[in-house]
Amino acid sequence: MAFFIEVLISGLMAGVLYSLVALGFVLIFKASGVFNFAQGAMVLFAALTFVRLIDILSETFAPILLSLAITIVVMIVLAIVIERLVLRPLVNQPGISLFMATLGIAYFLDGFGQSIWGSDVYALDIGIPKDSMFILESVFEGGILVSSEDLVATLIAGVLVATLAIFFQRTRVGRALRAVADDHQAAQSVGIPLNYIWVVVWSVAGLVALVAGAVWGSKLGVQFSLSLIALKALPVLILGGFESVVGAIVGGLIIGVGEKLSEIYLGPIIGGGIENWFAYVLALFFLLFRPQGLFGEKHIDRV
Amino acid sequence: MTGTEAGRIMLSVKNIEVIYDHVILVLKGVSLDVEEGRIVALLGANGAGKSTTLKAISNLLSAERGDVTKGSIIFDDQRIDQLNPSLVVKRGIVQVMEGRHCFAHLTIEENLLTGAFTRGGARAEIANDLEKVYSYFPRLKQRRSSLAGYTSGGEQQMTAVGRALMARPRMILLDEPSMGLAPQIVAEIFDIVQNLNKKEKVSFLLAEQNTNVALRHADCGYILENGRVVMDGPSADLADNEDVKEFYLGISTAGRKSYRDAKHYRRRKRWLA
Repeated sequence: MAFFIEVLISGLMAGVLYSLVALGFVLIFKASGVFNFAQGAMVLFAALTFVRLIDILSETFAPILLSLAITIVVMIVLAIVIERLVLRPLVNQPGISLFMATLGIAYFLDGFGQSIWGSDVYALDIGIPKDSMFILESVFEGGILVSSEDLVATLIAGVLVATLAIFFQRTRVGRALRAVADDHQAAQSVGIPLNYIWVVVWSVAGLVALVAGAVWGSKLGVQFSLSLIALKALPVLILGGFESVVGAIVGGLIIGVGEKLSEIYLGPIIGGGIENWFAYVLALFFLLFRPQGLFGEKHIDRV
Repeated sequence: MTGTEAGRIMLSVKNIEVIYDHVILVLKGVSLDVEEGRIVALLGANGAGKSTTLKAISNLLSAERGDVTKGSIIFDDQRIDQLNPSLVVKRGIVQVMEGRHCFAHLTIEENLLTGAFTRGGARAEIANDLEKVYSYFPRLKQRRSSLAGYTSGGEQQMTAVGRALMARPRMILLDEPSMGLAPQIVAEIFDIVQNLNKKEKVSFLLAEQNTNVALRHADCGYILENGRVVMDGPSADLADNEDVKEFYLGISTAGRKSYRDAKHYRRRKRWLA
């Protein structure tokens, strides 16, 4: 039992990280109807910028905080540039054109990030404790082994999601974002400027990418493969629904847990390596039986 | 121009031409004036160009690949035809689009609050205006926390008008408010429009197919046909005009017409277009 819970928890924690990446996709998809293929590249770019700035600023009094602040600014500037050079000229074009444009952004960011910051593997140490600990020793014999790194990561993700929820539900700009997601022409008619909303939403997606990149990076090192975790986010989205923030979170958790549990319990029976394909097979089943995902937008229609 | 009494001309559309997608000519030189504090009706059949005229003023055309290629639109003595929609709202013109276009996944109250977006963060004032909107539309207050997508057509129309009011406009462009609503609700909404016009001093430019109701509530009107203004005048004059009676109000003086007479009207109608 204790072992099962241990696997469950480690799955949940991996899932939180998938959710973080998927969240960036959902935000942009909701507000602008664009499937942003560059989200993975943004994770890599943000993490690279962050880790290299810490290096450069290591002589200053607070290298981590300073580089965090600068990286946030960089991501916001990136959002502005993308709006100006890509989204604005392509306004009113079919979705597929925008999707192709984000492919371009992905390649550009991968190349640009690595050519200015280098393409090695960089260790990112932002002070997350690496040791493991035992919890619930009174309930289970020997307790449950939990990595405190994963715990901190989960905590960070939780805070981020809560902040986003408050931002969306309680603030004027958040409300405007939801309005644009619902009906962008009506949003324009009441004076909500779409360009501004796009900059905000790409900035938020950039911040989410930064958090995801920092957490993954401190676990695995900042390297090119970070931009590939976007591929893991895809099944999460199919599972949770492209338009649902809740879906991104729940989808991420299900995939994280499913991967770990199936690896441990099914692995011995049908062979290992399930972790690598589990998410995609699950997504395939969802596409067959529930293509809108678990939390796909409920389309409200009056009859 | 319409009436004889002089009012300040607030909005003046001068000979505009609108082309969709670079090829489809929809408005072929439309001119109209709205005096301050008036309700002006824009009448005409499907496809006459009523909505296009309103969207040209609010500059929502660009979202539909439309473009004002000739003429000018002047509001408060300044050209507004090159402003983006958000700036037009800031100047004081808000459009209520045809088909309501409420934000279905936002509550009624959130819908209303989005209307105040351009006004920034003055919370107390906005709360005040929210109460004012509820005083005009008490029904919205009861339903303030339900999702707009689940409310009735009439409530959605009220939400759309209330949302526009939250921007503190001086002029509302109201597109087809009667669409798909029961006559009783239509009457209620038009009464509120008249009320707002009197008490809040909001001018209205109202596109409507329901000529009868529109002429009853408007001060004056323009009739559009095929992208051109074919007639204008005070509402009472328009409602009295023989052609308007026949073509738009469905009243004929000579009782039921034979097919030959119908052909005759068609010929007669041509001079209008």
